[in-house]
Amino acid sequence: MRLIIQDTYDEVSVWAAKYVLKKILEHKPSEENYFTLGLPTGSTPLGMYKKLIEFHKAGKVSFKYVKTFNMDEYVDLARDHPESYHSFMWENFFKHIDIQPENAHLLDGNAKDLEKECREFEDKIKAAGGIRLFVGGIGPDGHIAFNEPGSSLVSRTRVKTLARETILANARFFDNDLKKVPTQALTVGVGTVMDADEVMILITGAHKALALHKAIEEGVNHMWTVSAFQQHPHTIFLCDEDATMELRVRTVKYFKGLMQVHNKLID
Amino acid sequence: MAPSSTTGAGTLYQYINCRILRGGKIFREDLWVRNGKIMNPEPLFFDEKVIADVRIDCHNLIISPGLIEVQLNGGFGYDFSTDVDIEKGISKVAKEVLAFGITSFCPTVITSSPTLYHKVLPLIKKCEGSSKGAGVLGVHIEGPFINKERKGCHPVQLIQDFDNGFSDILDVYGDLSNVTLVTLAPEKKNALEVIEEFCKRGITVSVGHSSANLVEGEAAVRSGARFITHLFNAMLPFHHRDPHLVGLLTSDKLPQNRKVFYGLISDCIHTHPAALRIAHRVNPDGIVLVSDAIGAMGLPDGTYQLGEQTVEVQGYEVYIKDTNILAGGTATLDYCVRCFAKETGCGPVLALEAASLHPAQLLGIDDRKGTLNFGADADFIFLDDGLNVKATYIAGECVYTSST
Repeated sequence: MRLIIQDTYDEVSVWAAKYVLKKILEHKPSEENYFTLGLPTGSTPLGMYKKLIEFHKAGKVSFKYVKTFNMDEYVDLARDHPESYHSFMWENFFKHIDIQPENAHLLDGNAKDLEKECREFEDKIKAAGGIRLFVGGIGPDGHIAFNEPGSSLVSRTRVKTLARETILANARFFDNDLKKVPTQALTVGVGTVMDADEVMILITGAHKALALHKAIEEGVNHMWTVSAFQQHPHTIFLCDEDATMELRVRTVKYFKGLMQVHNKLID
Repeated sequence: MAPSSTTGAGTLYQYINCRILRGGKIFREDLWVRNGKIMNPEPLFFDEKVIADVRIDCHNLIISPGLIEVQLNGGFGYDFSTDVDIEKGISKVAKEVLAFGITSFCPTVITSSPTLYHKVLPLIKKCEGSSKGAGVLGVHIEGPFINKERKGCHPVQLIQDFDNGFSDILDVYGDLSNVTLVTLAPEKKNALEVIEEFCKRGITVSVGHSSANLVEGEAAVRSGARFITHLFNAMLPFHHRDPHLVGLLTSDKLPQNRKVFYGLISDCIHTHPAALRIAHRVNPDGIVLVSDAIGAMGLPDGTYQLGEQTVEVQGYEVYIKDTNILAGGTATLDYCVRCFAKETGCGPVLALEAASLHPAQLLGIDDRKGTLNFGADADFIFLDDGLNVKATYIAGECVYTSST
């Protein structure tokens, strides 16, 4: 893996956006050659989205030939609910760029047949030629997407019941009323993300520090599902200083020493 | 890439680089319009998977709901309280007020004879706005059931009572089907049952041209009255032991769910700026800005006929000839909005809402007028930061563009 440590959240956001920008531009997307991008939601990637929008408005990148696949969506939450991931993606990304509506793929948590919806999502990814770059985040319990502790590391897109900790963490978005928080979600599997050519995990904040430690300094373990990416050939863990608080000094020094090499990735 | 029109759903317009007034705020957001309605872009993106056919760059202008005028007596040489050329007058005024940002209005007929009402009311038809002119929401009949002592410039000999209750109303007015708003003095005998009957017929009742005290005003509101016609004017003034109708702004005896709106002629001639500020600070949600403009609006200074009266116009000031009795104004509604914003420092949001959202709420039409909410009629105006009207749209069609 590459562990890329930036000082602040803002610097993480800029680095991430520059990396996505570079990958899209290198690919030279066109009608015959779409760039496929996996995307997360939540507070961590917000800065990256803002920066990508800036790049787009400055004419540096077009999303016309980019296909996106979001990681997850709540089950039984109205699509236009302000906390749905559809709403998040529209407000924070899609409405500001030129992506074609039919190329923005999100799981439909209100589908009549949820299992069919999940299967079809996997099919759509396959039909698009697989995902070139999957951007993700990490939960405090080390989960990627909604692959809660105990999820199979070879799992595919499916319905998941949310862990208590996740529901509690989400309550702040639902008027702090636990009864209003969705209890299930559709999520890409660990295996689904592992299939991507490249994976970039964003980790910011001290509350994610333990999860980062578990993900990269201990073994591959289904209790900390992000650890699966130790076995992916091209993973970037992009974090801020606060998120390194539980890492060994040696790990941090080694990877900080590689920053010159890492910065070439976004030139 | 699927532009909306290719799917047969209609041409989709996206107004970009603008600031819109929605939800009590002015903020940067695109405005989406299709088939004369304001659209929610999310379902267009996720469900229909369409993009805009036409993108319009608004160069950072403010987009506000179109202004709604509920007290307009005429304009450009036409008076709605006469029986001459009434349809021509409505048509002319409806067309010309587009330049003031008005997209809907209530032609106002002041105290007149039953003969006139019987002739004129059926001729002023409700209609949707278009490039031909602003929409007619219905007639505002201001009088004749008002108080002789608070007549303002209304002709005293035509003022009436309804001693026989609602049958007098029908005798005098005739056909009420084009009426949307009525001003009466609630201290009159039988007023409360008359108010109730008007409400049953879906007509909004306003108290005005009245010497009512606060108790009488509160009774009127409990019976269904929802508006005070040009607050401060043609009523008894605020007194600290009986605030009269002005006290309705802060009365605690009104039904909980009943909001009372009040008109303010904010041309700074009919109402002193300090009075505007008092009303604004005390009850900002109820403000409805009106011009109460008369037939001379839009015409140069001079002497003109207003109903049965002769009046003198100088700038925005209008007096009954040889007196100092104010007789309506010639200030336009957008001028009143600017004046109000300047004098109260209330900011563009409230100044614009007081002339769009609040009148729509008063008339119970805020589900489709007076807002830029999804699903509302696409009646909107472009304004610069000085709140000057730059363009007017009705049902998504541009019906006026400023030359400056």
